[in-house]
Amino acid sequence: MTATPTPAGPAGAGAASPTPLLRLDNVDTFYGPIHILQGVTLEVMPGELVSLLGGNASGKSTTLKTALGLVRPRTGTVSIAGEDVTTRTTSYRIAKGLAIVPENRRLFAPMTVLENLEMGAYLHGSPTKEDFERVYTLFPRVYERRSQLAGTLSGGEQQMVAVGRALMCRPRLLLMDEPSMGLAPILVEKSFEIIQQVHEAGVAMLIVEQNANMALSIADRGYVLSTGRIVLQGTAAMLLADDDLKKAYLGR
Amino acid sequence: MSSGPRIGKDEWVAREGEQRERRSGLLGGIARAQARTPWWAFLAVFVVLACLVPVVTSDSYIQRVAFDTTIFMLLALGLNVVVGWGGLLDLGYVAFFGFGAYLYAILGSSQFDIHVPTIVVIPVVTLAGALLGLVVGLPSWRLVGDYLAIVTLFALQIFRSVITNGHDIFGSNVTNGVNGILKVDPLSWFGHALPVSHRGLFNPDYLYVAIGFFVVIYVALRFVNASRTGRAWRALREDPLAATSMGMPIDWLKLMAFAFGAGIAALTGTLTASVNAAVFPDNFDVPQLITIYAMVILGGAGSQAGAIVGAVVVNVMLESLRSPDNSRWVFYIAVLLLLLPVLRSARKYLLLVAATVAFGFAVHAIAGAIDPAWTRGTTPGGGAVGRAIAHWAIVPQSLGSTREASYVLLIAAVLAVVTIRGRWKLVALVPTLYLASFVWENVLGPQPEITRYILLGAILVGVMTTRPAGILGERRVEIV
Ligand SMILES: Nc1ncnc2c1ncn2[C@@H]1O[C@H](COP(=O)(O)OP(=O)(O)OP(=O)(O)O)[C@@H](O)[C@H]1O
Ligand SMILES: [Mg+2]
Repeated sequence: MTATPTPAGPAGAGAASPTPLLRLDNVDTFYGPIHILQGVTLEVMPGELVSLLGGNASGKSTTLKTALGLVRPRTGTVSIAGEDVTTRTTSYRIAKGLAIVPENRRLFAPMTVLENLEMGAYLHGSPTKEDFERVYTLFPRVYERRSQLAGTLSGGEQQMVAVGRALMCRPRLLLMDEPSMGLAPILVEKSFEIIQQVHEAGVAMLIVEQNANMALSIADRGYVLSTGRIVLQGTAAMLLADDDLKKAYLGR
Repeated sequence: MSSGPRIGKDEWVAREGEQRERRSGLLGGIARAQARTPWWAFLAVFVVLACLVPVVTSDSYIQRVAFDTTIFMLLALGLNVVVGWGGLLDLGYVAFFGFGAYLYAILGSSQFDIHVPTIVVIPVVTLAGALLGLVVGLPSWRLVGDYLAIVTLFALQIFRSVITNGHDIFGSNVTNGVNGILKVDPLSWFGHALPVSHRGLFNPDYLYVAIGFFVVIYVALRFVNASRTGRAWRALREDPLAATSMGMPIDWLKLMAFAFGAGIAALTGTLTASVNAAVFPDNFDVPQLITIYAMVILGGAGSQAGAIVGAVVVNVMLESLRSPDNSRWVFYIAVLLLLLPVLRSARKYLLLVAATVAFGFAVHAIAGAIDPAWTRGTTPGGGAVGRAIAHWAIVPQSLGSTREASYVLLIAAVLAVVTIRGRWKLVALVPTLYLASFVWENVLGPQPEITRYILLGAILVGVMTTRPAGILGERRVEIV
């Protein structure tokens, strides 16, 4: 764990703390009549690495979608850097500094790696050389594969391109939905190294993970979701030591 | 990460590349040549060739076919934006074509005695078409795929009922109903009208005008496709959710695709209305829609060059199949090609063809000996090949009920051949093929209006099964 460049205080540290980069306040999200998120409140400070844990179908992906505006909460507010964006479009939120590495990566399969990266830069018109360079220094492998079709990459390579594509949005906060899904154990470790690297470059992160141990080992703080409610939150060390969490999610 | 373990599908990728290299034959050659030559070189050669048509031939019919083909190229380019780039199944597309034609006719004919000059009317119609496209595209915000297809098809139906009942819209005659609008103005250039016919013949100037529009649209679309919007369309087509997650305004992008397609279709409508000097409701209906879709899909949805190739192939094919002499060639070649995958061995193939030819002469001789009237009919078309075939195939003077019987018998024979295995398949094929030629010469050949669509459909099925992405379409790669 390396120190983050920006000061990161735990949630609710008092009125003096800086404005959170992302804040969901008492959010209730529905899919049609089905009530998924129930009064979810969470925040991510600038430069912080926060992990969001929970079992299958607990609403983790839905939380990220709500933050990004892919679904709208019925009640509650979403704010980015203090600005209420609850009714704003996804485009607007991305322009404000959000980006996502979606569940299952969702690369554009019939396009080359380079084109996939260009897509990420849609909001700034055309991507600059620096944009590409940032991705390529992080992932030399992506540079090697830049003219290959994304659909033909290996799972690990696809993961790098998905992260690279999100970085092309020039995010201040990166939302990651199960970055280690489907990767071999060695690559899972690699992908956590990558996450730390991106984090050290000053990007705040909200990471959804099944692998709670791994996620908490690099996180500053964590939240635990269960059937749409936050049932536990605190610093990573606190969560790692929590007996209930151990029983429920860490399988110990 | 460069030192990381090399897991992956690299081997698969390598095989893909190899396949492309190895792909032989005409299509492989076209694909390789296309990859090497810059696009504008193709365009230039193509345009020069198209412009040479009136120079090479003074045949008014051929010039007119060239003009119609150019019209279809424009329509296919427009549809390619919506379907190929935007991935939106727009079945209302011909409505925009018709809208453009009708608006041109209303603004320039004796219908209301308005005669707006071409230089004004074309931009107005194009913009109005694009705006209509925005409106018709609105359902695409919530609907995709087949649902959107049905809603847009309904829009076409509304358009059709408005123009066919448009002789009485709140008491005023707007579209002259089923009789259409006649005496539509020709194109004009600062007061100089461009006559549609020249001593009763097609005026080739209209071909040049159409080609001019085509070049402008083609080049403009090329730039649009390379722009940020073009890239975003591709993203939208591949994965709308991922596109949204990249911050793309997908609702707006969908409307843009609709508007571009509709604008181009409306613009094309002005050319059709002016050259025909008339518009009728039946010019803008489902058959035209199917034809344009066939062009885009055959050429390869998403590829501009493909849309052009598709338009040329389909329209030239449909025109040439009007003559039974031409369609006979297509029919027999199609049958011979169809047999290739069935037999697989060259020896068997030649044996079968020889046996069928011999069988035919034998049957012809026997039938002629029993009753000369059975072989005294004439084959459709009347070309030299047709006359020659009449010495082999049975063409009775009058058919009577054998027409239906032969049809049913052929279907039964084909089914039998499909189920039989081994040596007997070969034996059964001989009379089946001969029966097929009987049906062709007596039933199908004499009705080119029906058979040309059947043949085109068969060709379409054949091409699409061998190349699912169309002639110049990109092969799709799935993440698995
Ligand atoms: N579009 C949708 N329509 C209806 N229900 C949905 C939709 N998306 C998700 N759900 C439901 O919402 C619940 C939470 O889904 P979500 O994707 O947020 O789970 P998750 O915590 O990310 O699970 P996992 O770890 O398996 O990815 C699930 O019960 C799911 O079935
Ligand atoms: Mg999930």
